[in-house]
Amino acid sequence: MPQYVAFTYTEDLDWTAPEQADVMVEYDEFGKAAAAIIRGGAALYPTTTATTVRVQGGKGGDVLSSDGPYAETKEVLSGFYLLECTDLDHAIATAAQLPAAWLGAVEVRPVITFPER
Amino acid sequence: MTRPSDPARAALVRLVRDEGRRVLATLVRVTGDLQLAEDAVQDATVRALEAWPRTGVPPEPRAWLTLAARRRAIDLLRRESARTGKEAEAVSLLDRGDSEDAPEVLRDDMLRLIFTCCHPSLSFPTRVALALRTLCGLSTVEVGRALLVPEATMTKRLTRAKEKIRTTAIPYRVPADHELPDRLLGVAAVVYLLFNEGYSATAGEDPLRPALVEEAVRLARLLHEVMPGEPSVLGLLALMLLQDSRREARHGPDGQPVLLAEQDRRRWRRDLIAEGVVLVGAGLRRCPDRPDPYVVQAAIAACHALAPTWEETDWTAVLSWYAALLSVHDTPVVRLNRAVAVGELRGDLAGLAELDVIPGLEGYPLWHAARAELLLRLKRAGEARTAFAAALALPQNGVQHAHLSRRLDAAASA
Repeated sequence: MPQYVAFTYTEDLDWTAPEQADVMVEYDEFGKAAAAIIRGGAALYPTTTATTVRVQGGKGGDVLSSDGPYAETKEVLSGFYLLECTDLDHAIATAAQLPAAWLGAVEVRPVITFPER
Repeated sequence: MTRPSDPARAALVRLVRDEGRRVLATLVRVTGDLQLAEDAVQDATVRALEAWPRTGVPPEPRAWLTLAARRRAIDLLRRESARTGKEAEAVSLLDRGDSEDAPEVLRDDMLRLIFTCCHPSLSFPTRVALALRTLCGLSTVEVGRALLVPEATMTKRLTRAKEKIRTTAIPYRVPADHELPDRLLGVAAVVYLLFNEGYSATAGEDPLRPALVEEAVRLARLLHEVMPGEPSVLGLLALMLLQDSRREARHGPDGQPVLLAEQDRRRWRRDLIAEGVVLVGAGLRRCPDRPDPYVVQAAIAACHALAPTWEETDWTAVLSWYAALLSVHDTPVVRLNRAVAVGELRGDLAGLAELDVIPGLEGYPLWHAARAELLLRLKRAGEARTAFAAALALPQNGVQHAHLSRRLDAAASA
């Protein structure tokens, strides 16, 4: 069965803060309901904790790390789920159950399966 | 979609394309691969167009095409080396050669193909292009010409679409009952856009553009065949037939557009009107609680189609249909058309008052033109000239511009 990553894009919030408890309960409920198809995932700390890394001048060049996310936007990447679904419609229906779908947006992308080497 | 002058050839091309899409629909299910199925059917249709003029059309054209396409698909699958699992399975499925599928299965194959090509995760222009390529059987070059998109761009768009269908695993299935109304509106929007592209084509354009009307009507007939009870489908087909019934009367001998009010109604196609009116009735019986936008628009078109003259139009009925339409589809353009009807029923001043309160149409030439026509009838020629000039200052096609210029001249001499 194909796998998809559902990226959640939401307001840039600290999901460990007590005022997010209600939303986290909703995520827990999602986790239980979709347990059979969730293959992995994570929630992320806010973008204030992000570091963007680049290497200048090709492989082995200078490492340049800078504060903050790559792109400054109102809705930020706040987490992801790896889902195993029967097809895209299944993945869309599952993503629509994520609180991020009504708090922000969820981007669903298929995972590449590379041939064994 | 070559348009050969030879009618026998045209009929043959038509037959091969119609049967070809049915063969394609089944082959996509069997192989699970739209690109492969399309390549195989394309090959089969080319062979048919070569062979049949010599040998005559076989007694079972679809079976002939199915067999040819299956053979080609097997060749293509075998040619690709290092194939395992699923592909081997597909070859074995193809080898069975079970072309005797039940009619329900063939119907569902067609539905699956329609809904896959119009999946909401594909962009709207992509859906439109796929519909022409896959559901109507036009070549990529023809799709590009019909939609005024350069061939290279169209090739890229169609290739990406098929890649997306494959990599994201857009399912090849009929939507569940609860999804169907929404998904069907998506399909209807694609078909209606094709119709309007063709309907708005002007003289001198590539003949493939006006031919889009025919393609859209054929697609709507196909939808009606596979989903006979759906109000949107009944409404869509009715609306297109009723609009198309005026085809011959829409343009004067010089190619200039003739407004509905001034058309020679003897030139309207009575057969299309009769068919459209029956479909409107069926559509209305099937949507008692919430009016379907296509059915209501078709009902308005039917009011016009059944009126012996513009003056004798049942404006009360037209206005009540506009009220129903606004309840489900409130757009400035619908309000504009309603205001014109108000003008006919309650007088020019009432119509003008309605027009003036519609927000957001300052950039729409037909709003200025509608105001101008009412002002002219109210003998306010100065204001009418200003309004015509405002309409002419906005971007529009040459035919409309020429029409409005003549109206401005008329206002100047009024």
